[in-house]
Amino acid sequence: MYTLFPPDLRARIAARFHRRHLISALIILLLLFLWPALGLVDPLGLPPVPIPPDNPQTEAKIALGKKLFEDVRFSSTGKVSCATCHDPAKSFTDSPLKVSEGIDKLTGTRNAPTVVNAAYLTSQFWDGRSPSLEDQALHPFLNPVEMGLPNHDPIVKIARTDPEYAKAFKEVFGKSGDQVTMKEVTQAIAGFERTVLAGDSPFDRWYFGGEKSALEPAQVRGFQVFVGQGRCVSCHVVEQTQALFTDNRFHNIGVGINAIQSQVPALAGAFLEAKAKGANVDIAVLTDKKTSELGRFAVTSQFDDLGGFKTPTLRNIALTAPYMHDGSLASLRDVVNHYDNGGAAKAGNKVNDFLSGGIRPLGLSDAQKDDLVAFLLSLTSPQYAAPTQPAAAPKKK
Amino acid sequence: MQRRRFLQGTGLLAAGQILPISLVELAFAEAGQNFAFAYISDSHIQHIKGSQFVRNWDRGLIRAVAETNLLSPKPDFIVFGGDLAQLGSKEELDHGAEMLSALKGKVHHVMGEHDYYLDLGEYWSRLFGPHYYSFDHKGVHFVVLNSILTDDDWIYRRWPTPQQRMAEMAGLDNPNGSPFMVGEKQRQWLKDDLAKLDRTTPLVVFSHSPLQKIYKGWNFWTEDAEEVQNLLKDFRKVTVLYGHVHQIQYNRIGAISFNSVMATAWPWPYPTAYAQAGEVHLPKLTVPMNRADPFFERDATGWQFIDMASGNVDLHYTLYENRSRVVRFNPQTGQPEDSVYQTESARMAPQNHY
Repeated sequence: MYTLFPPDLRARIAARFHRRHLISALIILLLLFLWPALGLVDPLGLPPVPIPPDNPQTEAKIALGKKLFEDVRFSSTGKVSCATCHDPAKSFTDSPLKVSEGIDKLTGTRNAPTVVNAAYLTSQFWDGRSPSLEDQALHPFLNPVEMGLPNHDPIVKIARTDPEYAKAFKEVFGKSGDQVTMKEVTQAIAGFERTVLAGDSPFDRWYFGGEKSALEPAQVRGFQVFVGQGRCVSCHVVEQTQALFTDNRFHNIGVGINAIQSQVPALAGAFLEAKAKGANVDIAVLTDKKTSELGRFAVTSQFDDLGGFKTPTLRNIALTAPYMHDGSLASLRDVVNHYDNGGAAKAGNKVNDFLSGGIRPLGLSDAQKDDLVAFLLSLTSPQYAAPTQPAAAPKKK
Repeated sequence: MQRRRFLQGTGLLAAGQILPISLVELAFAEAGQNFAFAYISDSHIQHIKGSQFVRNWDRGLIRAVAETNLLSPKPDFIVFGGDLAQLGSKEELDHGAEMLSALKGKVHHVMGEHDYYLDLGEYWSRLFGPHYYSFDHKGVHFVVLNSILTDDDWIYRRWPTPQQRMAEMAGLDNPNGSPFMVGEKQRQWLKDDLAKLDRTTPLVVFSHSPLQKIYKGWNFWTEDAEEVQNLLKDFRKVTVLYGHVHQIQYNRIGAISFNSVMATAWPWPYPTAYAQAGEVHLPKLTVPMNRADPFFERDATGWQFIDMASGNVDLHYTLYENRSRVVRFNPQTGQPEDSVYQTESARMAPQNHY
């Protein structure tokens, strides 16, 4: 999943060194190989990954995190791991499911957001109810429709007693026995997730790499729609040196909430009352469809956030259908039509009263829509498009 | 590269700033006298042709109405602060009235210049009633003034058509414009209306233009402001609420507090930011809003709910895509102050990245 130095370049680097510098050269080479593994080489189109000071990356931590991420024992049925809904072979989603399936095929209310580039997000989950990858990893274990554990104890127990885990936690954190807690577990998972990146797409090679032939003419035209009449770039941000395709903000774009408009006053009031009495937001929004549609409001209780959901990345979008927080739009064409209609899946449908500013009819032609969809297909990173062994191989060895 | 995060520390509740759901219980001797009202203003509904209206302005009003309907407990009444229409036409006023009809509760209307100068408020009056009036509510006396009048010569003798008259008054920095005024007739009415009252009665005046002189070029101005202030100044608790300026302003002149309300349509820049403005008297107390982000059409627009529990005005601005603000009357200093940003050291950094 990383770009390796081409052999001829390595040879040339090595050849520059005199024999007596062989050892230095070897060290340098070793570093060159280690950098990507540590996430120190940024794929084209991505900024450096922000690493929290209290959770530095190490190769062993990343490996441990990957193992935890794929461990089905951390669910009440012993069948569901993080990778069940965030499958590396599907760009870390559970495409083509509309909403995720947890234990016993129980379904939640939301379409699995990709782990890809989640390292850059300033909040996690569709409604941003978690501030970090470390915190985020705590919640699905306990959600009754996801992994269904009553508490974190079973995870901690396995982490302490499984010989491979015990060895790994000792190596990575210098901790064993009771010293191993959910803090170490989630730090390792987050460490792994920070290596799940996607750049180097045809778009990146064209836009940042100056490779003119990397995009088809239709895709180039589609990019003009993306930054122009389509107004996509206002939220799916592309900057001079990087493109995360998100503004890390929350917008009501008329998905989900359109269907419950008349009930919003009652739902919002009932939810606030339940929350004031201590209801668990995580459980409420994933088990009740209508509460889910309140979006970011469930987290902040602010009017401005009614029906608002986080702008997701568009990277690997070709691989992650269906779309939107509820998986309600089957294809990229449907998504484009929704925006073209000014925030309604069908032309002429009433948009909701709380619609975010900037969502308005776009007046795109069929040809422009075709081009825009073509452009979106250029955002697939090669290691996901044709999954190679490390990226594709899920689950056990 | 973060432009602005209106909620610092995502995932946390914005404590104390949640839904304006519970009103402060104090001040009036009887708790039953406490009340709040909502204030929506400056929607500038603009007719294009046929059944077409400018969508952006429609959305602003629709959203403010929908959010006002979410207030719990319900506000005792709602004020619409003027400039419902852009060019005063029947189509615009009808369309605006239709959107406002979704409001649950009594609405009191204030006349704006964009409602007035086409037919001198005739159609507006058929929809919403008299141009100026007063009413009492739970011990507070409310006065609604039509502050956007001007001299008779300009109104009646200067323009060949009502449409041109409307267009001339709608422009900013227009040398053909004319300063707003309350006028002698209405001042006399106000004097008589107030004469019946005890000076301890809390008094709230609604006008469209500020009853103070800020910047003449944009009619952030009322020509006879001092005369009107003179009629109000002996009251113990007196507040003037005005629209028109599309931005947060507040001030204290003598015994009178002044608060502006937001537009649902668009924000204006502060006239102090306008190099050609010349003399501008932006109220000294005012902590300006941070500049709107043009990516977001609703940024720096909004509406407000107003808590009257203290007999003075505590004004809660609901601002979209922006940090909401509360300007409260501070009984210690005797003036309106921002609840968070008043001191220099507490100001939010201006927006400098787009």
